[in-house]
Amino acid sequence: MKMTPVTRILWIVAFALIALWALFPVVWILSLSLKSSSDVSNRQFWPTEISWENYQLIIDGGARDLFLPALRNSIGISLIATLIAVLLATLAAYAIARLDFPGKNFVLYSSLAITVFPVISIVTPLFNLWSQIGLYDTWLGLIIPYLSLTVPISIWTLTSFFREIPWELEQAAQVDGATPFQAFRKVIVPLALPGVFTTAIIAFFIAWNDFLYGISLTSTSAARPVPAALSFFTGASQFEEPAGSIAAASIVVTIPVIIIVLLFQRQIVSGLTSGAVKG
Amino acid sequence: MAEIALSNIVKRYGDGFPAVNNISLHIDDGEFVILVGPSGSGKSTVLRMIVGLEDITEGDLLIDGERVNEKAPRDRDLAMVFQNYALYPHLTVYENIAFPLRLNKDAYSEEEVRERVQRAAQLLELGEHLERKPANLSGGQRQRVAMGRAIVRDAKAFLFDEPLSNLDAKLRGQMRTEIARMQRNLGVTTVYVTHDQTEAMTLGDKVAVLKRGTLQQYASPQELYREPINIFVAGFIGSPAMNFLPVTQLGGGQLESAFGSFTVPPEQARRLQGAPELLIAGIRPEALQDADLLSPEELEGRALLSAQVDQTEWLGSETYAYLPFESDPAIKEALEELDRDLDGEGMRTQVVAALDPLSRVREGDTISLAFDPADVMVFDPESGANLTRDEERAAEITARAEDQRRRALERAQAETAGR
Ligand SMILES: Nc1ncnc2c1ncn2[C@@H]1O[C@H](COP(=O)(O)OP(=O)(O)O)[C@@H](O)[C@H]1O
Ligand SMILES: [Mg+2]
Repeated sequence: MKMTPVTRILWIVAFALIALWALFPVVWILSLSLKSSSDVSNRQFWPTEISWENYQLIIDGGARDLFLPALRNSIGISLIATLIAVLLATLAAYAIARLDFPGKNFVLYSSLAITVFPVISIVTPLFNLWSQIGLYDTWLGLIIPYLSLTVPISIWTLTSFFREIPWELEQAAQVDGATPFQAFRKVIVPLALPGVFTTAIIAFFIAWNDFLYGISLTSTSAARPVPAALSFFTGASQFEEPAGSIAAASIVVTIPVIIIVLLFQRQIVSGLTSGAVKG
Repeated sequence: MAEIALSNIVKRYGDGFPAVNNISLHIDDGEFVILVGPSGSGKSTVLRMIVGLEDITEGDLLIDGERVNEKAPRDRDLAMVFQNYALYPHLTVYENIAFPLRLNKDAYSEEEVRERVQRAAQLLELGEHLERKPANLSGGQRQRVAMGRAIVRDAKAFLFDEPLSNLDAKLRGQMRTEIARMQRNLGVTTVYVTHDQTEAMTLGDKVAVLKRGTLQQYASPQELYREPINIFVAGFIGSPAMNFLPVTQLGGGQLESAFGSFTVPPEQARRLQGAPELLIAGIRPEALQDADLLSPEELEGRALLSAQVDQTEWLGSETYAYLPFESDPAIKEALEELDRDLDGEGMRTQVVAALDPLSRVREGDTISLAFDPADVMVFDPESGANLTRDEERAAEITARAEDQRRRALERAQAETAGR
């Protein structure tokens, strides 16, 4: 489609508005995190003077004992939950995409249904159950509910990825002289990896961003993840708003997300499978 | 190099319907055989059974005399080009072509792999694209990469499944010639599936015509054209397709059609004895001429039909005239069924005449069409059988074609060896 100058300008304006809409809060938090405690209520958007005080506070200062264990918990719990979710979802999605078995659509659509299930409704029962069986305030106690969030959405996305794979290539490879296993390893795995990566990133973010389970099922820094820990921040003194340090912590936990997206954006965006068949 | 034999092959998919029903074919070493038929006739299924991607329900498949029904594809050592090319998107063109060699690491050194890939790339003019990914290639280039992957190793036979159907018309013509030349030079047994009768006629040493899973006729293109075994083959082979006119037999070889009556030669008339009264006459569009352009001597012995022209198309090298007619209800059903079998676009109750472009007939004119009554074929509307088929002449035509093939192959081989 060729764009006339007018539509072009309209598009640019639309993009700018959306970017502004999406980035404004992030920039605000960034600016807030760089304000010193006396500067927070300066009634202007930018800091009067850039100060690293808040970062110092969460990494080396008073909030350190709250933030660093939480960071460790977040990373560990999210990674483990992601790994298990992707492993289970890969197997399930492979079966759904390739095999015909009764109940296949039931599995697929119930996984979609679960993703829209309100988390808040199971938090309280889970709290009671976990307290009784000793999973309260443990990593496992968070990993299990995180799986309930990540597995269904992973099955759903991986299934659509796997359906796009030209499975005929497996046969082409066998005709070319490959054993079934060689065909799988040399042709299907490289094609499936981008989908698995993308799914892993989505699953990781879901676990990484959770607040509700994190705040309800933990009580100490033994398992409390960052989003929950943020709500326990206090200011440098009792009489100060912790806004600055919360903002700094938010920026710190956002950075890995941005790095991952930048690193894998090609895999996320491009379907590597194009060009296999006619086009 | 191999000969492939199918004997009484049957394929039933899960639903029990025989997609391929009792097909027997013998493919000689170095022969180029075409499987042709409308879509859904089971061509791909036959090919996939030969290559080993589909189980054979009944019957035997022999390669070089050895039964291979249960062998895995990799043990059959056949190369296949898929309809949608099936290139590996994550590999470069070079690696795509080298793929079959890399799977056999012991047999080919790195040096030899490079040499073979270069040779295949040169043959297919892919030299400057070796480092590109399939996604960045045009349709024709992808097609050639797929062929490169097939010819890079010394497979026993090449199998093609509609390799040109995704290309535009011009490229298709070029690649068709290219494939024919390559096959002659390499002299490798080839089975080629297509639904396009032009490809079938131009490429094949022999053509197997399939209809709904059953083999109709297996013969040289010349025999299919001149002595088709039934109305399906007659209608499928030839472009524009053969005209089918309902006729009534008046005895003595005289046939009455909507456009007038004519008399077939005595030899054919004899074959029509005992045939039903209502028949279908088949006349190829190119057998019809504009009588106005012929001298009285040329009209000698010709039959004449007269009809009103509904539409003309001037193509430069010839003019098509379309002459509609009302078909007899008793025959109509047989013609409708034939049309469905041929993947037709609707009822074809019109005659097409491919006339000399000098012809001055225009829409609305009444034209007098001349033809040699010996060119008329007559079909039984019930069974579809070609009642006027001359077995002897058919055998002769195919023997001659076979002889030509042998010589062409020897010549090409001698040339290749001489280089
Ligand atoms: N995997 C399959 N399962 C069931 N039926 C099939 C399958 N593949 C093909 N068929 C049926 O077999 C018949 C022949 O198919 P195919 O060999 O693909 O025809 P062609 O290649 O001549 O178009 C068709 O009726 C088709 O519906
Ligand atoms: Mg097919």
